[in-house]
Amino acid sequence: MAESHPEAITFPSGRPGPFDPPASLGALREECPVTPMVYPDGRTGWLVTGYAAVRSVLADPRFSARRELLSVPVPSPLAQEMRRPAEPGMFIRMDPPDHTRYRRLLTAQFTVRRMRQLEPRVREITAECLAAMEKAGPPQDLVREFALPIPSLVICELLGVPYADREEFQRATAVLVNLEATADDLHAAIARVGVFFTELIARKRAEPADDLLGGLVESGELTDEELANIGFLLLAAGHETTANMLGLGTFALLQNPEQLAALRADPALADNAVEELLRYLSIIHIGPVRAALADVELEGRLIRAGDVVTVSVPAANRDPARFTDPERLDVTRDATGHVTFGHGVHQCLGQQLARVEMRIALPMLFDRFPGLRLAVPAAEVPMRDTMSIYGVRALPISW
Amino acid sequence: MKVTVDASVCIGAGMCALTAPAVFDQDEDDGTVVLLDGTPPPGLHAAVRQAGRLCPSGAITVLDTGDPGDR
Repeated sequence: MAESHPEAITFPSGRPGPFDPPASLGALREECPVTPMVYPDGRTGWLVTGYAAVRSVLADPRFSARRELLSVPVPSPLAQEMRRPAEPGMFIRMDPPDHTRYRRLLTAQFTVRRMRQLEPRVREITAECLAAMEKAGPPQDLVREFALPIPSLVICELLGVPYADREEFQRATAVLVNLEATADDLHAAIARVGVFFTELIARKRAEPADDLLGGLVESGELTDEELANIGFLLLAAGHETTANMLGLGTFALLQNPEQLAALRADPALADNAVEELLRYLSIIHIGPVRAALADVELEGRLIRAGDVVTVSVPAANRDPARFTDPERLDVTRDATGHVTFGHGVHQCLGQQLARVEMRIALPMLFDRFPGLRLAVPAAEVPMRDTMSIYGVRALPISW
Repeated sequence: MKVTVDASVCIGAGMCALTAPAVFDQDEDDGTVVLLDGTPPPGLHAAVRQAGRLCPSGAITVLDTGDPGDR
């Protein structure tokens, strides 16, 4: 195997079904879990699809997350201009010790205990969304009424962002994660987000508030630019990710009625079901991306210093060497160890919040609407094929 | 079994406190790992090993000392 020299591929796209990653990822993982890949900017690098290799890359400090060293695996009109050091506060595109300094300011706010303290409020927010949906009557779009508002409200309250401002923010971030957006659209959205957070931080400076951003302002350790960028990272991460897990997760459970029945029959399965949905759906379908800082041997291949490496979360999470019968959604399996939240020092800061939101919201939805069903044929559910975070654009439902 | 932690490399992901809450907690001020029991009883060994495997930053070291629960 180490002697073969496969042709360099481009980043795989095109899904065979709403819940399955591109079929070629599975074939690559079997035959060549560390594959040469050509990036849209012409650089050659690698695509890593095996579970063990993906974890190894993400945990290895010889692989850097510094933005100026990376290339984007899919065509992007801003690919060239993004190859500069990340702005102050944009810690997901930094290495230690810069990354460590920012992350340490935030970790206490996202502990298991802190997130559990939010449970009653998440329950209230969920109940309000479900009551509004019931009152409006079927059919409804589950994304608009449930999947998006719950995580949006929660993250807005946690950070201290007025919920009334969310639409302005959501419009801009929808452009930023759209892989088909033009350079002009992207520049305009970046400018709008910049104004949004500059104004927000100015308000926090003027009126001290008992919320996460207010606390960071009070700490006196960060500049306005750092605060604005951290605010953007946290608000963006809190919106798109859990919203898509709730929307796509509901769709997956409706399409797998025996799994939904198992979850309904045993509420104690909720934690398990959440981990399994995270594994099975793997909504981060592009990246993470890293750059080698030194020559590294990985699965018998020599990755040279400077090479860009894209790891595939969906491929790793469907690796039969790690998960038995991985193509099957099974809410009773132990799916812990999936890499949906990443691995290594950049592992998702908000993962315990995502777990709390999913564990509460999904069972409450199916309790409130025992007859919940799709209002259109499954093939007509619009998928987010051209967004960097996968999911459903809308989920028409009835009950 | 002997467990040690290195809070200096911890990134506060919380997987240990989620997986083996009787053995690991998180610091109130910076979210980093707090070891509650460095020699956990055999009934907790499986969860502690799992916490060690899940830790994203290598902050947890689990040593088998040959006592009955270490298999």
